[in-house]
Amino acid sequence: MIPLSSQLLNLLAALFLLISFAMLAQRRILSLIHLYACQGLVLSLSALIVAYSTSQSHLYYSMFLNFALKVLIVPWILHRLIHRLNVQWDVETLINIPTIMLLGLALVIFAFNLSLPIVHLAGTINRSTLGIALASVLLSFLMMITRSKAVSQVIGFLALENSLIFAATSITYGMPMMVELGIALDVLVGIFILGVFFFHIRNQFDSLELKHMEKLKDN
Amino acid sequence: MEILLLLFIPLLGGFLLAFFGNHRLAAELNSIISFLTLINAGFLAARIISYGSIVVFHEQFFVDPFNIFLVALTALVAFTTSLFSRPYMRIEQHHGKLTENRLRLYHCMYQFFTFTMLLALLTNNMGILWVAMEAATLTTVLLVSLYRTPASLEAAWKYFILCGVGIAQALFGTILFYFAAEKLLGIHSSLLWTHLDEVKNRLDPTVMSVAFVFLLVGYGTKVGLAPMHNWLPDAHAEGPTPISAVLSGLLLNVALYAVVRCKILTDGALHNHFAGNLMIGFGLLSLIVAVFSLSRQKDIKRLFGYSSIEHMGLITFAFGMGGPIANFAGLLHMTVHSLTKSAIFFTVGHAAQKTRTQIMENIRGLLVQSPTVGWGLMLGSLAILGMPPFGVFASEFLILTTAMKQEPWATPLLLIALAVAFAAIFGKVQPMVFGETTAQRTPHPPALLPVFLHLSFVLMLGLFIPMYLANWYREAAGLIGY
Repeated sequence: MIPLSSQLLNLLAALFLLISFAMLAQRRILSLIHLYACQGLVLSLSALIVAYSTSQSHLYYSMFLNFALKVLIVPWILHRLIHRLNVQWDVETLINIPTIMLLGLALVIFAFNLSLPIVHLAGTINRSTLGIALASVLLSFLMMITRSKAVSQVIGFLALENSLIFAATSITYGMPMMVELGIALDVLVGIFILGVFFFHIRNQFDSLELKHMEKLKDN
Repeated sequence: MEILLLLFIPLLGGFLLAFFGNHRLAAELNSIISFLTLINAGFLAARIISYGSIVVFHEQFFVDPFNIFLVALTALVAFTTSLFSRPYMRIEQHHGKLTENRLRLYHCMYQFFTFTMLLALLTNNMGILWVAMEAATLTTVLLVSLYRTPASLEAAWKYFILCGVGIAQALFGTILFYFAAEKLLGIHSSLLWTHLDEVKNRLDPTVMSVAFVFLLVGYGTKVGLAPMHNWLPDAHAEGPTPISAVLSGLLLNVALYAVVRCKILTDGALHNHFAGNLMIGFGLLSLIVAVFSLSRQKDIKRLFGYSSIEHMGLITFAFGMGGPIANFAGLLHMTVHSLTKSAIFFTVGHAAQKTRTQIMENIRGLLVQSPTVGWGLMLGSLAILGMPPFGVFASEFLILTTAMKQEPWATPLLLIALAVAFAAIFGKVQPMVFGETTAQRTPHPPALLPVFLHLSFVLMLGLFIPMYLANWYREAAGLIGY
């Protein structure tokens, strides 16, 4: 195991976490999509490094799959979607970004604590990345909770899926190919279905604000 | 061979209906495809009964007594629901709630949904299990919002976001399983359940316990366990009734199946009752939350949606206790609940069409207009409330007596919950069935064969469980362990 690859991987993990925080605070939908593409890029790079340093050929495929899907296809679809929905310049009114950031910090500390007993089992190349992956998962949750627009909630969901794949590549050298393909297919189908769904929502409510969709109650 | 056909038929059927789903005979085609699936499931079940478990196709598929019984149940309910949906969807179309294109979407997604559930049950790969569960959500999102009303869009959005987030946690749990097993099994077989089962004693307990928490919360969201149950009543109330029937009768079972598979591995690694205790906790909480929500309901489909949460909580509790009798009761309850609940949804669907409303106050005197729908609803409700001689009574009795022995503190809670559920549901169903009528004739005759077929199965299971079926349950219960 060359230590350089380990250092690079840690660097990428740190970048990944940084992007998660940036997404948490980003208010413009267009910039959110760019950040999502960056996150996908970091993800594919880390897969590349793990593939190179452990010489696992299937990780190269996984790298290509992730790159194609998360840097090219999904951001492209999202671009087209927000263009067609004419929401690309929308700015979300996030209340209290400092509080959200502090909450995010608390979540990161929690994630590192949770991963402590597990991490000592991992190989040397991937220590500490589990904590970061788990932290990004929780940050994506937080992002979904704090958003009030349908599109940004979905980007939060996609970021969540990115963090999970990051966890898989960094702590276990990636899932078997068939599973990765299945997950990719689910993401792709999901984004298509949601695209259709956005139009239904807008036709019905004339906007993509989720505050219109809080009517269903028990009585 | 049967396995391939079993998966291939609904998949191909889905593609076929994507093109011909708005044809005049599409509903018949849908039923025929489901019938072929059922026949195949029957053959596969016969083979498993006579030859035991099989692992095929590079160990990617795996059938044992536990999943084959769910496969048979899934195929059966999918078939009867397709029979019910034929007149139901025609009436909906007649009422102007559906366009031809949406009918095509409905038929196509119905088959894909069956496919994903069968795939989730048959696969040996924990990763593919996850993929299939996620696909099951995706195929039903557009079905829940089929009517495109504001309420149905909201329900579908909630369903997608809650189940999507939930199931993402299950993926994290699956990754941790993989992480724990990878050192023992290598890359290619460490997500295969049969291999994991062989080495479960040597899996790292810390990782497995963290993984199980994520898996239980993740798949538990789809089971409808409290406090992640919010999507369930909405999705049941706003979607078309055949979809409510398959969601309640099948999808919840399949999600619980995933939880139980994970529990078997976790138990093996931990050698204690950690997983079981978690399931007991979540199960009881769901039961209590659901029964106390029942009396507040005004919408008939929401009422029975909450009743599904109640019963899934009860089954989770049973599997949490573990041991041969509780597992047996859990499996039996899974069967009778899914048969009874789908029968109830069939009658509820027709009742709502006859009165043109889902609000219970406006549904009155079903018996006068249509004795079969009225009695179907009455008998179905009595069955789901655990009245003897129906099968639900047998399984609830077994769960209660086991609880008295293993978890005596929980018995009063169970009894109170069942009593509250009885008061709430019976009190609401009785005026809907008897008295002055508000119902009108529908343009097509209702489908009543599925209702009474299901209810007679439930009655049979209450009076007498055939020998081979009992053996089958016993074997499956043995597989699940403590």
